[in-house]
Amino acid sequence: MPAPSLSSFYWQGLRAGAPFFLVIGPFGLLFGVLAAEAGLNLFETLSFSVVVIAGAAQFTALQLLQDQAPTLVVLASALAVNLRMAMYSASITPHLGGLPLWKRAIAAYFLVDQTYATASIAFERRPEMTLSQKFAFFMGVMTPICPPWYAFSLLGALVGESIPPEYGLDFALPIAFLAMIAPALRSGAHVVAALVATLGALLLAFIPYNLGVLLAALCGMMAGAETERRMGA
Amino acid sequence: MIDRLDLWVVIIGLGLGSFGLRFVFLGLVGDRPLPAWLSRHLRYTAVAVMPAIVTPLVIWPNATDGQTDPARLLAAAVTLGVGYVTKNVILAILTGAVTLAASIYGLG
Repeated sequence: MPAPSLSSFYWQGLRAGAPFFLVIGPFGLLFGVLAAEAGLNLFETLSFSVVVIAGAAQFTALQLLQDQAPTLVVLASALAVNLRMAMYSASITPHLGGLPLWKRAIAAYFLVDQTYATASIAFERRPEMTLSQKFAFFMGVMTPICPPWYAFSLLGALVGESIPPEYGLDFALPIAFLAMIAPALRSGAHVVAALVATLGALLLAFIPYNLGVLLAALCGMMAGAETERRMGA
Repeated sequence: MIDRLDLWVVIIGLGLGSFGLRFVFLGLVGDRPLPAWLSRHLRYTAVAVMPAIVTPLVIWPNATDGQTDPARLLAAAVTLGVGYVTKNVILAILTGAVTLAASIYGLG
């Protein structure tokens, strides 16, 4: 059998990432709409999505900017929401760390929740993929996720205030996250990690600036790792 | 009204900071192997971080000013249940969205 070409890995990645197009649509639209309501113009909204390219952090920043929070608090809170990106970076490093620096920089820029989740699951399931095949796959995954994020933010800004709040678009983020979490609960240790993180998030919600979320996530990771170690998996 | 200087400081600062967070291990560590205990913890990153972010949003939704809302609780439960049973992300999102729409119009 001839070795499959790199472009076939790009297309496999694109197909794997394609379902998230349906998530990015409403989510990006919602950011654009909220940004327009906050008084941002089209250029500012588009810049926000291109430069930051992180949904949850963008929503956090926008909310706090509107609350007239100090600039440092806005930055610290939104970056705290994004701290998970450092964990994604570490987690994907065994797979993409061998790439040349400029490719690592490109992969880092496109490393968001959906691209990370899709690529890391695929890389663990198919360890026989080579470095360049993995990079081609990753660029395929980001194609239906990242450029649509810019486009739908812009579209949302254009649509502006015409979407009434009772449409429940606010819940696009939780539904998307829950839909991603559920299939990832592959073992008892994964379930333990998720349950501990959930409980922690509720118990630590009083801690300001999203730090409770970070602590809860850390507890969940430790619980998952410890469960795995004891089960000898 | 958001101050323009504040807005651009946040956009650029958040952009640089987010890229830094994404690049820190991938760019600086490269292909050196990670210690086993670290890899073991990192396996549970996604299933720990996402529930921690999503739980407060489900229990205390922004749209209802933090009042627990049966429609959103039900939609969350359906999304999670369908996702767990079918392992199908899009099916989970669609059934969750339909549940939310149906219960907002049904209950409201």
